[in-house]
Amino acid sequence: MPSLTIDGKRIEVAQGATVMDAARELGIFIPHFCYHKKLSIAANCRMCLVEVEKAPKPLPACATPVTEGMVVHTHSERAIKAQKGVMELLLINHPLDCPICDQGGECQLQDLAVGYGGSRSRYTEPKRVVRDKDLGPLIATEMTRCIHCSRCVRFGQEIAGLMELGMPGRGEHTEVMPYLERQVTSELSGNVIDLCPVGALTSKPFRYAARTWELARRPSVSPHDALGANLEVHVKDKRVYRVLPRENEAINECWLADRDRFAYQALNADSRLTRPMVRDEAGLWHEVDWPKALNQVTGALKVLIDAHGPGAVGFLASPHQTVEELHLLQKFARALGCENIDTRLDLTNPIATAGTPWLGMAIAEVEALDRILLVGATIRKEQPLLAQRLRKAVKSGAELHVVHAADDDLLCRVAQRLIAKPSGLVAALAQLAVALREAGQDLGPLALEGVIATEAARAMAQSLLTGSRKAVLLGAYAQQHPAAAELATLAQAIARATGASLGFLPAAANSVGAGVVGCRPGAGGLDAAGMFGQPRKVYVLLGCEPELEAADPVVARAALEAAELVVALTPFQDRASAYAHVMLPIAPFTETSGSFVNMEGRLQSFEAVVPPLGETRPAWKVLRVLGNLMGLAGFQHDTSREVLAEALPQGEADVRARLDNAVAPVAIRMLKPQEGLERLAETPIYQLDLLTRRAPALQATFDGEAAAACWAHGALIERLGLTVDKPVKVRQGDSETILKLMRDDRLLPEVVRVAAVHPLTSRLGPRFGGLSLEKM
Amino acid sequence: MSLLSSEALAQIDREIAKYPPEHKQSAVMSALRIAQVEKGWISPEVIEFVAQYLEMPPIAVYEVATFYNMYDLKPVGRHKITLCTNLPCQLQGAGEIAEHLKKRLGVDFGETTADGRFTLKEGECMGACGDGPLCLHNNHEMHVKLTPEQVDRLLDEMK
Ligand code: SF4
Ligand code: FES
Repeated sequence: MPSLTIDGKRIEVAQGATVMDAARELGIFIPHFCYHKKLSIAANCRMCLVEVEKAPKPLPACATPVTEGMVVHTHSERAIKAQKGVMELLLINHPLDCPICDQGGECQLQDLAVGYGGSRSRYTEPKRVVRDKDLGPLIATEMTRCIHCSRCVRFGQEIAGLMELGMPGRGEHTEVMPYLERQVTSELSGNVIDLCPVGALTSKPFRYAARTWELARRPSVSPHDALGANLEVHVKDKRVYRVLPRENEAINECWLADRDRFAYQALNADSRLTRPMVRDEAGLWHEVDWPKALNQVTGALKVLIDAHGPGAVGFLASPHQTVEELHLLQKFARALGCENIDTRLDLTNPIATAGTPWLGMAIAEVEALDRILLVGATIRKEQPLLAQRLRKAVKSGAELHVVHAADDDLLCRVAQRLIAKPSGLVAALAQLAVALREAGQDLGPLALEGVIATEAARAMAQSLLTGSRKAVLLGAYAQQHPAAAELATLAQAIARATGASLGFLPAAANSVGAGVVGCRPGAGGLDAAGMFGQPRKVYVLLGCEPELEAADPVVARAALEAAELVVALTPFQDRASAYAHVMLPIAPFTETSGSFVNMEGRLQSFEAVVPPLGETRPAWKVLRVLGNLMGLAGFQHDTSREVLAEALPQGEADVRARLDNAVAPVAIRMLKPQEGLERLAETPIYQLDLLTRRAPALQATFDGEAAAACWAHGALIERLGLTVDKPVKVRQGDSETILKLMRDDRLLPEVVRVAAVHPLTSRLGPRFGGLSLEKM
Repeated sequence: MSLLSSEALAQIDREIAKYPPEHKQSAVMSALRIAQVEKGWISPEVIEFVAQYLEMPPIAVYEVATFYNMYDLKPVGRHKITLCTNLPCQLQGAGEIAEHLKKRLGVDFGETTADGRFTLKEGECMGACGDGPLCLHNNHEMHVKLTPEQVDRLLDEMK
């Protein structure tokens, strides 16, 4: 281990460490632009020049490996002269338009120019001007400000896995741009806004909305996917202005998915419900005060429960609600004697596990895996940042295998893949089991007659039998599958035979939390699919929109419309007003304290960052009052902390004690793949929850718009005589809808990708089933 | 149907074979050169074809194509004349030759004559400073120690 001296301080560093690494360890700041701890070394900005004794000229600290006995000066006359020289060069072409630049106040160039720049410029020639690029609805560009640090380019190549930006041209003509004016499509694209050290790339939705120094920064936790990314929410005047990552190496590192970053737009949407509302006999909505609304709810509840018994009520909540809210909801239901409680609206046949299903390991451990089997996961859209960890694992040598209904580009090497139409997914996974059995592994009593392992299945089996840190991960798609139990049974057998850990990818920010607090049907109770399949008289909806989210939205919609009472606790009025009788405005995650449990079983509590909008109230308070008005005992909590203490007295230890992925095995009915075209329906990345659904910028992205189209293989399009980019009639059962037809040759020719949970497709019926395409 | 002829593809494959299989992209410069010879210029289709062929993002191929100025990203005339305008050539009269060329052809640097016969380009040092001013004809043939008279003769010969 070499040691060196920087500014008179001695330190020993690991072999291969750079002067920059050593300085950071010592807490010595060396000015820099292109260096970033998560990106490769480019050494192209030269801002980090330092004096190294015995070296003939200043050296870039970020790219100079430490050698034994090195003596470095970061503030000597020579070092400062070099740094000032670089700064002068960087500013030659920079427009210095700080007063109208969104980066002003948080700009590395601005900060360093104060320290190292001259107070006047010696440059009198014309400055270069660079035409702006349209990178899409999320990233605003002002390319004249670019200093060519190449961070944004390296981010695409190294982290997002998709090189969408490059630096064509040479010398003064170098420009950062996408190829042929394309827009960026990566689901992690917003991170370049944070990475850009100047104001060349800034947030489009936040553009010109506030100056950074006016914003208060409040910690929070992302309410979208199950990663639980840590957020820093920026607020001003009781309003959320933007969302940035809060660094947490164990969870989101320094990144955010675009969903975490831009969904905040919905918080300020016009469709926010700000006062309780009730619908009269004529179907007209009226704003009322809270006591009136609550009395109406409890009055009607009492009457209907007296008449039909508590089993006539269905309690459905979104798994994006907090632990506290979900705990009180199930407590309320159970106190009334009702066991129809669920948050898994998207599931047809939930998998029976011994405890609450979870990732089965820490998030950070994923990148150290060396064998990974992904079953039924559209991983980039389900868990964008976990997909990034998987790419890291593959980069460092892991073999990734995929069993899925679509062969999407995972932006990394996939060793083996078994791609089957949805109805053939069990058979595909069974092939791997058979291949393992052929290789002499014990798969227990699984009956797999008639399944023949293909070459790919054998190769997959061989790979999974080697390696030491292995995981079999079941994605949300697998869990939504009608044969989810079979898939999980097979996955468990495969995991056991290969010594892999079995993990589940929970669909939502608090799916795990919902499980551990028992927001699940009890003995004799119905799950979500059951509550719609056998319609209830009363529905209590907490932050969910079953007419979109349910496994069969048509059935759900009909059940809601036929019910005698639908009480919607929701932050938004635009959708619930179509079927609810009472709408109670509840706080989104920014307006209430609460907790989420992420996929690794980590309990993360957060505070409200702004006060509730209008007469909105935190849902836990609403449930508490409802409990009291119904005359139920045990609804006396004064704070959300008290609720949490009741739900999980030992905190995270209670969570851990309730996690268990052991699957209750089922017999494998060999699902014979159906004939004909099949629907491939996933929850689109920007329809996941109430907030993402209402964020206009996300809807305008490539992924947002992709969910509004139907996608088919070129061969299928040709066979049916259809035209790409033109509307096509999609028919499923008795329902039909019209969608734009798009081409994706990575799909199987007998599969059509039609998103679930989308207003344009919710009329089609269940996520799984046959469909047909017809020319318009 | 492939964008390039099988001969061109065979040439590219020969270049690819010079590198380890996981470093296919090292053949990008050769692939672009071969494609340009066949197609006359490097169109977006060529970029995308090469990108796909070498399994690279199109923007990465575009970076290479825009870095070296012997690649033509716009269609050029039958005769492309690239005049070096770097300092040593300038000191030997390249400025005067440039003026002459522009006047004779009626185009500026980077432009093509209306009849599609000539394209005039500004070049960087070609490594023959002792013989300046000089120009390159169609990327392959160098003409040195240029005088206006000699330029006239050359232009007349280029049909
Ligand atoms: S746009 Fe920003 S991040 Fe990208 S190269 Fe320019 S300065 Fe660096
Ligand atoms: S930070 Fe070292 S060269 Fe840019």
